[in-house]
Amino acid sequence: MRSLLLHPLAKPLVFVLCLLPLAWLVFGAINDQLGANPAEALIRSLGDWTLRFLCLTLAVTPLRVRTRTPQLARYRRMLGLFTFFYACLHLLAYGWLDMGLDMADIGRDILKRPFILVGFACWLLLLPLAATSFNRAVRWLGGRQWQALHRLAYVIAPLALLHFFWMKSGKNDFAEVAVYALVIAALLLERLVRYFKPKSRASA
Amino acid sequence: MFKHIHQPGHDHPVPSEITPRAAYESRRDWLRRVAAGAAAGGLAAWAARDALAQAARPGKLAALPGGKSAVAGAVTMEKVTDYKDAASYNNFYEFGTDKADPARTAHTLKTSPWTVEVEGLVKKPGKFGIEELLKLSAQEERIYRLRCVEGWSMVVPWVGYSLAELIKRVEPQGSAKYVEFVTLADKATMPGLRSGVLDWPYTEALRLDEAMHPLTLLAFGMYGEVLPNQNGAPVRLVVPWKYGFKSAKSIVKIRFVEKEPRTAWNKAAANEYGFYSNVNPDVDHPRWSQATERRIGEDGLFAKKRKTLMFNGYEAQVGQLYAGMDLRKNF
Repeated sequence: MRSLLLHPLAKPLVFVLCLLPLAWLVFGAINDQLGANPAEALIRSLGDWTLRFLCLTLAVTPLRVRTRTPQLARYRRMLGLFTFFYACLHLLAYGWLDMGLDMADIGRDILKRPFILVGFACWLLLLPLAATSFNRAVRWLGGRQWQALHRLAYVIAPLALLHFFWMKSGKNDFAEVAVYALVIAALLLERLVRYFKPKSRASA
Repeated sequence: MFKHIHQPGHDHPVPSEITPRAAYESRRDWLRRVAAGAAAGGLAAWAARDALAQAARPGKLAALPGGKSAVAGAVTMEKVTDYKDAASYNNFYEFGTDKADPARTAHTLKTSPWTVEVEGLVKKPGKFGIEELLKLSAQEERIYRLRCVEGWSMVVPWVGYSLAELIKRVEPQGSAKYVEFVTLADKATMPGLRSGVLDWPYTEALRLDEAMHPLTLLAFGMYGEVLPNQNGAPVRLVVPWKYGFKSAKSIVKIRFVEKEPRTAWNKAAANEYGFYSNVNPDVDHPRWSQATERRIGEDGLFAKKRKTLMFNGYEAQVGQLYAGMDLRKNF
């Protein structure tokens, strides 16, 4: 497994896998496979995938530490950037398909509705993380500061969850939210546990 | 998007002069409409509109033809939504919360035998078998706009008769002010009941004058056939000027009461779903605007959404029911 993770083709393969949800959605849109309301299906699916990639990104370090698989580290940046990628598409789909790219309308909508505001705030918070993802930015910031900045992910995850919770709350439909909440809670708690364990080196 | 220009089963020519302006202004849409008109044979089909008003049958279920309705506003000339969409995109939480769920899971619903009990403040309470209800008054075809509170809409050719026909027969007492509709809640056949999303059974209610309005339909069919299970078979309510959730599905009890009843969605989120829930572009849902809507199957993926009309376009017919009322408070 560990040598597979280091295989030169492993990274491109994961990259392609990460694009599959998008490929499926584009295929579905072109072939009228997204049900009666394709716009809604696209916006929601892109949001779902953003949340899933966020969970995957946050799972890398706990998995790496707990299973002693340092090779996993080389996938973290790619998964994080895919989270940002799907977040951008989710925002674009909302702005375009739901709001007709009317910037004034979008601005008003963001300010008027806490549910939209929180989602937009998540995207804004992702911006500095994506912008400092390349190696030179890490060197420029210095490891410690870079790490401090990227702990923003711990703020983004609960906010993204709140955004999803609010979206579902009017319909009292919390089953799906609960699953993501459990996953994210577990991933964040794992970090707390490690942080407070004196012996092990705290690694984000 | 990517809709076929020629839709089998629905060769309705579209009289553009009564098409909502917002839709008409969209060039894409306009081009498609011209194409659809040409495909349907243009003027000849336009002249044969009355004959075509009876939507072509999808051929899935037993036929239930409806005659021409004399009720004002009963037949919109807008393009009828594809049966495929109307029968596969449903909010029917008893069969799951995803709108694709009911079409997959509602086959378990047993619609025969079926009785509707009428009780409460009426002189002639009683139980009506579905066969009896079907024959109680002449079935009419009503082509209504359907606006969901979620911001999408359809145009559905229902088959049924005015609820007022039934109400007149049971003779409400003077003290009856509201009509409550109780729908089926059967754990054995409805998988959605296992979730606590709503307080089952799903109930809805209207003020007596709303219930008596000729547009308020007791529906038994759509597209010239009996209702598919996922659309609320065998008998449901259709109140075209209110958000879709007011139109209770699979009704088993109609109760006449004096006080305004609590309704299922109102109990779940009173700040989001009011008792009246009239379609109103000026009163937003807390989490989204109600000013616009997406017409299912018609407005392309990248088309701007169309403007929502006051009372879903039925203001001329129902506006007087709410004269003097603050519709922001009584949302």
